[in-house]
Amino acid sequence: MRRNSIFLLLGVFFGIVLTKAQVISWFRIYEMFRFESFHMYGIIGSAVLLGIIIVQLIKRKKLKTIDGDIIQISPKANTYKASIFGGTIFGLGWALVGACPGPIYILLGAGYAALIIVWIGALLGTFLYGVIKEKLPH
Amino acid sequence: MEFLQDPFPWYIAGPLIAINLFLLFYMGERFGLSRSFRTACSIAGAGKKFPFFNYEWKKEIWLMIYLLGSAIGGFIAFQFLNAGAPVIVSAKTTIALQQLNITPNQSFEPQEIFSYVHLFTPKNFILLLSGGILIGFGTRWAGGCTSGHAISGLSDLQLSSLIAVIGFFTGGLIMTHLFIPLIFK
Repeated sequence: MRRNSIFLLLGVFFGIVLTKAQVISWFRIYEMFRFESFHMYGIIGSAVLLGIIIVQLIKRKKLKTIDGDIIQISPKANTYKASIFGGTIFGLGWALVGACPGPIYILLGAGYAALIIVWIGALLGTFLYGVIKEKLPH
Repeated sequence: MEFLQDPFPWYIAGPLIAINLFLLFYMGERFGLSRSFRTACSIAGAGKKFPFFNYEWKKEIWLMIYLLGSAIGGFIAFQFLNAGAPVIVSAKTTIALQQLNITPNQSFEPQEIFSYVHLFTPKNFILLLSGGILIGFGTRWAGGCTSGHAISGLSDLQLSSLIAVIGFFTGGLIMTHLFIPLIFK
């Protein structure tokens, strides 16, 4: 119960940050892909730069989780074909609706009902992948 | 608390996202939000026929709670923190949007795509649904989205994440410069 409340609060924090930074706006994504503003690059860049420091600290200092276990960061699968093909398909959708997965939920909360259609589409797309997965290069 | 009424600049938002990344590691989980689509398919029973959805999805309940929180965060920001104010884009983007007949600098999201009036016009319905399908199919094939690959994966210096991010931008640039002019003009 306590654990779930923490996740709920972390989600609220994340939702407020992304909304207040306008990361969830179609306009900012369009502007980013036209290279006409530094805003999105600054956000992703500074998050990753600090993220690299955080991950190095976790690994070198063997930092522990709230439960006292050493934090394990399992590497991503080395599926380069899947990364480039799947990544490109996701990029097409990201630029079209101006929202990646997190913002779909945040925009719904903000009151944009249109995102329910995007969400249903995302479930259909995920389902389709699950059905034909074996036939795709990875 | 005055600053909470203005949009967050990048140098506030970026570090706060990194803190969010750390706190999820601290909680013993990993930042990656597109997995929620797979979880939702599994909850709906897709695992009975398709092995991809037959996994221990109960371990990902935390993610659904986190995303419920994110939606509440969006609500709070819009209702109490003045987040729904119009997004002001750069002068060049303003001109480009006018050429697409999308009204810039008047709203948070383009009314032409997201307002209720346009929701069930066939063109817009197809746009939103196909955008979603591309997002769902692409993220699962790539094994992550902006949070899982661009933020967590790059922070862990994963090559497959760098390749995925190159893919994200390839697709995004093709959509923005090739297809969006065709769709909206």
